[in-house]
Amino acid sequence: MSVSEDDVRHVALLARLGLDENRIPTIAAELNGILAHMDVLSRVNTAVAGAVTGVGAAGTPLRVDGGNQIPLARPREAFAPAARDGFFLVPRLATHEDAAAESS
Amino acid sequence: MTSPAAGVATLAEQHGAGNVRPAATVSAAFARAAEVRAGPDGLNAILALDRDGALGSAEELAHRHQQGQRPGPLAGVPIVVKDNIATLTMPTSCGSRILEGYVSPYEATVVTRLREAGAIVIAKTNMDEFAMGSSTENSAYGPARNPLDPTRVPGGSSGGSAACVAAGIVPAALGSETGGSVRQPAAFCGIVGVKPTYGRVSRYGLVAFASSLDQVGVFGRTVDDAAIVVGAIAGRDRYDSTSADVQVDTYQSPATEDLTGLVIGRPREYFPESLDSRIRDRCDAAIATLRELGATVRDVSLPHTELAIPVYYIIAPAEASSNLARFDGVRYGVRGAAPSLREMYERTRSGGFGPEVTRRILLGTYVLSAGYYDAYYKKAQEVRALIADDFRRVFGSGVHVLFTPTAPTTAFPLGTRSDPYDMYLSDIFTATANLAGIPALSLPVGRVDGLPVGGQLMARHFNEAVIFRVAYALERALGGRSA
Repeated sequence: MSVSEDDVRHVALLARLGLDENRIPTIAAELNGILAHMDVLSRVNTAVAGAVTGVGAAGTPLRVDGGNQIPLARPREAFAPAARDGFFLVPRLATHEDAAAESS
Repeated sequence: MTSPAAGVATLAEQHGAGNVRPAATVSAAFARAAEVRAGPDGLNAILALDRDGALGSAEELAHRHQQGQRPGPLAGVPIVVKDNIATLTMPTSCGSRILEGYVSPYEATVVTRLREAGAIVIAKTNMDEFAMGSSTENSAYGPARNPLDPTRVPGGSSGGSAACVAAGIVPAALGSETGGSVRQPAAFCGIVGVKPTYGRVSRYGLVAFASSLDQVGVFGRTVDDAAIVVGAIAGRDRYDSTSADVQVDTYQSPATEDLTGLVIGRPREYFPESLDSRIRDRCDAAIATLRELGATVRDVSLPHTELAIPVYYIIAPAEASSNLARFDGVRYGVRGAAPSLREMYERTRSGGFGPEVTRRILLGTYVLSAGYYDAYYKKAQEVRALIADDFRRVFGSGVHVLFTPTAPTTAFPLGTRSDPYDMYLSDIFTATANLAGIPALSLPVGRVDGLPVGGQLMARHFNEAVIFRVAYALERALGGRSA
């Protein structure tokens, strides 16, 4: 399998990364270079592979489904430039301004 | 005044007994940082210092001791923390522009536990951006340098923490491990580095890179320094559901170096023909020492070892592509100005992430995308299970500890690894422990051309105690920290 320049554009779109068009051939070459080393995995017989385990026999402990109150050093309102009625206020985007103008 | 490099146990004892003021030790740590030029004009190991906060905490600690509070195991010990571990008084940038100046509203559990044990966190340390790298050259704030030879890298991604310990600023430090990011810099800097079992230490407040692999790790100038700090931070945490409710042993120097009854495995895949013969010789000399101490040494095989790097560099970027999706300009850090929401996301992320992080996000997104998921991600998870099975089988056959080189090279000169995959191969002997979730430790076992060589010990899940037992004995037999 090889990564084409269109694949890079598609993946960048999925990952919300704006790539400079000039860099795309280099990135495609780098990804192909890396993925060439991964092809060895396709030749491994994994029919006998068991489930992947992380912490071993102890398993993952569960807690009561109530949530933990996270202790915060600052009030939540301090995280945003402004807050109102318990919600964060963030700067408007131009597209929102346009939509607001159209709907009014 | 006692040097901050005196050792964790000595410092804690002297502070606890009131013989030395913690503030004097903290001041000495800052003085040493200035002396070795740990900042951007020198080693570039430190991204932020908390001089006032650290001195205030030290005075407060002394006052509490005077009031009768029992000193903790880290009483007054200055410690530095990797910049992807959340602290309240210093920024947590993860070595990235996208989190420049970000101050967390909550504290990592490991930092809380350090404080509760009496430690004084004095600085945040440089790192490869979001812990993606093996040299600390991928930091947005410039590369860190190895204090033993500033023309060389300190290793990575926790290179700043390793450099601070090796330079004698602090006796111990926190780093983080995803594929060897504590053990490899420990090897490059001639100190001790520990990756505890996955689940042994809380990840709450450790900025996620690859959640199934990440674990907070510890550096120490000696095995004892590292062991005491691991003991202080280990244990179940209600804020991290993957932290395990498993008894934490007391890791302390055994009365004897006798290793009779222990079986040490020498896995042949970690000593390939291509391995630098001088590194092989240092490791084999260490194995001979273990035999002299009474251990039985057995040749073993972990046949899927060579697949660890392909597996790791599929799974880790896949998880990273998901974890780093949260950095979009809305919730954290910097924000790129743009006329639409999508463009704002794209400008923020493209401007905020460096080349290696961008490469891994693209790689991770690709291997998770429709049409490639089974061939790459699913297959990698299956092979990961085979790698874990290799360890289970060897430990099930009566081997207590495995001994290997930590890294295939010593510290390399800055700017000499331009091919991404060449850099990835730095993790070839360390990524397996992360994939299997087992504990591992690196300690100095000798030098090649004046540069330290690390030897790695690995054991079964939650058996850090046997690793420390062997490490204490080996360190003593080899004659100290730099062998």
